[in-house]
Amino acid sequence: MNFENCKDVWVFIENFKGQPKDVGFELLGQGRLLANGLKQDLCAVVIGKDVDESIKGAEEYGADKIYVVQGDEYEDYSSDGYGNAFLELINKNSPNTILIGATIRGRELGSTIAVSLRTGLTADCTALSVEEETGNVVWERPAFGGNLYAQIICGDTRPQMGTVRPNAFKKKDKDLTNKAEVVRENIRVNPAAIATKVLDFLAAKEEGGIPVEQAEFVVSGGRGMKNAENFAMLQELAHLLGGTVGSSRAAVDAGWMPQARQVGQTGKTVTPRIYIACGISGAVQHVAGMSESDTIIAINKDASAPIFEVADYCIVGDLFQVVPALIKELKVNKG
Amino acid sequence: MSLIYTNEQKELLALVKEMAETEIKPFVQEADEKGECPPELFKWAFDMGLHMLEIPEEYGGTGLSYETTAMIFEELAKVDAGYAITFVTTFVALRNVILSGTKEQGLHFAEVIKKGNFAGFCLTEPGAGSDPAAMRATAVKDGDDYILNGAKTFITNGAISAIFVGFFKTSPDLGAKGISAFVIDANEPGIVIGNHENKMGLRLSNTTDVTFENVRVPATAMLGPEGSGFKLALNALNLSRAFVATLAVGIMQRALDESVKYAKERKQFGEPIINFQLVQGLLADMAMKIEASRALVNNTMRLMDNGSLVRKEGAITKCFVSDVAQEVTSNAVQVFGGYGYSKEYPVEKLMRDAKVFQIFEGANQIQRLTIASCLKSEYK
Amino acid sequence: MNIVVCIKQVPDTTEIKIDPVKNTLIRTGVPSIMNPFDKNALEQALRVKEKNGGTVTVISMGPDQAKTVLREALAMGADKAYLVTDRAFGGSDTYATSYILSQVIKKIGPFDVILGGIQAIDGDTGQTASSIAEHLGLNRVSYVLDMEKKDDKVIIKRKVEEGVVVLEAKLPVLVTSLKESNKPRYRTIKGVIDALKADIPEIRFADLPGIDETKIGLKGSPTRVKATFTPKRNATGEVMEAVNPQETAKSLIGKLVEAKLL
Repeated sequence: MNFENCKDVWVFIENFKGQPKDVGFELLGQGRLLANGLKQDLCAVVIGKDVDESIKGAEEYGADKIYVVQGDEYEDYSSDGYGNAFLELINKNSPNTILIGATIRGRELGSTIAVSLRTGLTADCTALSVEEETGNVVWERPAFGGNLYAQIICGDTRPQMGTVRPNAFKKKDKDLTNKAEVVRENIRVNPAAIATKVLDFLAAKEEGGIPVEQAEFVVSGGRGMKNAENFAMLQELAHLLGGTVGSSRAAVDAGWMPQARQVGQTGKTVTPRIYIACGISGAVQHVAGMSESDTIIAINKDASAPIFEVADYCIVGDLFQVVPALIKELKVNKG
Repeated sequence: MSLIYTNEQKELLALVKEMAETEIKPFVQEADEKGECPPELFKWAFDMGLHMLEIPEEYGGTGLSYETTAMIFEELAKVDAGYAITFVTTFVALRNVILSGTKEQGLHFAEVIKKGNFAGFCLTEPGAGSDPAAMRATAVKDGDDYILNGAKTFITNGAISAIFVGFFKTSPDLGAKGISAFVIDANEPGIVIGNHENKMGLRLSNTTDVTFENVRVPATAMLGPEGSGFKLALNALNLSRAFVATLAVGIMQRALDESVKYAKERKQFGEPIINFQLVQGLLADMAMKIEASRALVNNTMRLMDNGSLVRKEGAITKCFVSDVAQEVTSNAVQVFGGYGYSKEYPVEKLMRDAKVFQIFEGANQIQRLTIASCLKSEYK
Repeated sequence: MNIVVCIKQVPDTTEIKIDPVKNTLIRTGVPSIMNPFDKNALEQALRVKEKNGGTVTVISMGPDQAKTVLREALAMGADKAYLVTDRAFGGSDTYATSYILSQVIKKIGPFDVILGGIQAIDGDTGQTASSIAEHLGLNRVSYVLDMEKKDDKVIIKRKVEEGVVVLEAKLPVLVTSLKESNKPRYRTIKGVIDALKADIPEIRFADLPGIDETKIGLKGSPTRVKATFTPKRNATGEVMEAVNPQETAKSLIGKLVEAKLL
């Protein structure tokens, strides 16, 4: 298929109350690789009311061009408001490829646009590459709860679209010398035409501690922890390492840990330097959320637990003895 | 399990099993220790409609067969027989209303239960257990009403019933023939609920004294004609005692499930104890007794669905099943060895729960008399 | 409020295994269930109906065995169920599937609210429900924790990464539910019995006269699967038996320090 008129890789820079989300910047890094593969430019798309931070960040993270749609009506995300703006940008500028962070809003936005354009959208991607001959992006993503990975292509239509999991890619280093062309498009929508109206916002309770997706060291607990109180020793270990505590779905379902700490297919994706899995069997759904950790240490008394297939260090033993031993050893080392 | 289940039965059993294991099982151990079932725990069964199963369709109930209802309650009893019997007791009372009551009485009873309530069955007294005709409770006519007086004991659901079926002597000098049955709303003034019995087993089941002190009820509260109460009670109990055996089957099945699982994990002399023949013998005997019991219960339920009053079959079913339940649960504790004797493990509770099945709904000694009496009449 | 809920029958992916030789999913013996998030969506619909009256209709696109989840929905309290099934629909990706469902909804509607789960646990795309909204030109709000009718609108609490947004949406609207939204009710005994006897009409290609053939099946799917594989991870997998936990801990930390990880 000839897509000569469709050019450039676009990355959506999502923001919340004027603060750009990291995922947009992570995708700029990946977008650059795709743009190079396609021999095209990398553009950022910013929609919102307070857009300065997003524009600055997009420039620092390497965009060649930044499309900006600004207006009070874009203060809060709405599928019709943002969708309409994005579509007008697309119709005017014919991009080749669009990357959107697979956040709650991003996933909504992606499908809004893709269906409108009758083009392919691949969701929740964890890896991207380019078919040199066809210019097709190969969108790689998990299915069946992470049991199977599929490579998808959108061969016959453009733009080809994908949403990408936050934390699937690490942000590249900032390039403070980069200069981006800022294109401000005047796309406005009457607020009354937007079908939803935000009445209130309730911030998530700050339960303290580093968010699990940001920590360098994650000590995670699963069903083997037996109860909520036992997580205290994981807290202690995490604290000694300078990291934070995570959880498998089983422990969240049992009410031992909050959902925000859940690592896995339906939880967070984490890529810490060291991931310690305590009493976690290692079901694919969990592994899908932590397999990209630099080093994985698993502690489980069942030598046949699937977690040992992905661990770098497989400690077969009773976590209620090993974890305190690790804590003791670390204290000795520190002191 | 060797019954042939219809599609509908399979679906219903899977549903009840899921609910009971997820919502009720986690709370059983603590409730057993405390000796009471937290009222919120009944919500799951009410929401599912378990209280309406036996109520006829024309009274707004589900009108399910005895056969299917018995299967459902076996499933529930695997999780806790005390919880199950709380709902079963409503049907014990209901059967009296079905057998002898008017349509109005049936509708009223159903209306009360429909709201999410339990019923109680007040027959037994301190001096009238196996010999109910020896009861001293009285019902004295006063204009268009009756005044009820009497002390009933060991009443399941005593403190949590919204409605009772109770038995009182309208003609004390006529013995059994002087007993009449009444349907009594539990909030009538004069009904005094005694202390909760601290029982060996079925501790999630509420058991209290229920004392009637000059309780006034309209004559329309009487079930059937005056003096017909004793016969009614016996007929209704024939159905009930057969039915209640299904709970014992549930207890036994649970005992076997736990025992086999344990025997496969527990190692002595270097191997799982299930490899040892004497343990195998215990498990095999348990399995035999359970299969026979379940098949017997199922058959008797089908007879009941067919309209039979199961005087002999009910006695046989209840007596046989409760006797083997003793053996099965005791042997489950045996398989667990020392751990079986500890409250940390689930089997000692099963043994405690099983015992009462030899006692209530007609002691097994009386059942044997009944069976023999039937045999005597059958052979000419 | 007339509500339609889109539900999908999926394999229970927590039970799924991979054939290590053929690199394919072993589907035999894996129980089929109602997609858990669709169950949350159905529960949301039932709650809205209980409060405001109206009807709850469920639809599912799939083979005949998908009737099982439709019956499950009826047994939970849904009023009507339809199976959307036809050979012509086979091979549809999210675009095509959502298009077909949107045409069905047009046919059996109108509805005030369309509900679905945030994603199916097999496909995991999370796009189908939202795309249905787009095909119908409707607004959508995903990750909805709760919703309440207010006059001719609905008040919606929806989850975002940062917390919860409360918004007001005009009707009709499409909404997706997640696990946190609610705890779905159990079926009732009567529900199961009645559902087993219920008639579940099928909606076939021929029943949708206006449908655009180019938008269904393989032909209508802009995305295509190039390849599939099972995830492999290169792990150094050093096994340490913690016979003496203190020794093991010491050894492990020593190795981590040596590898400059600590």
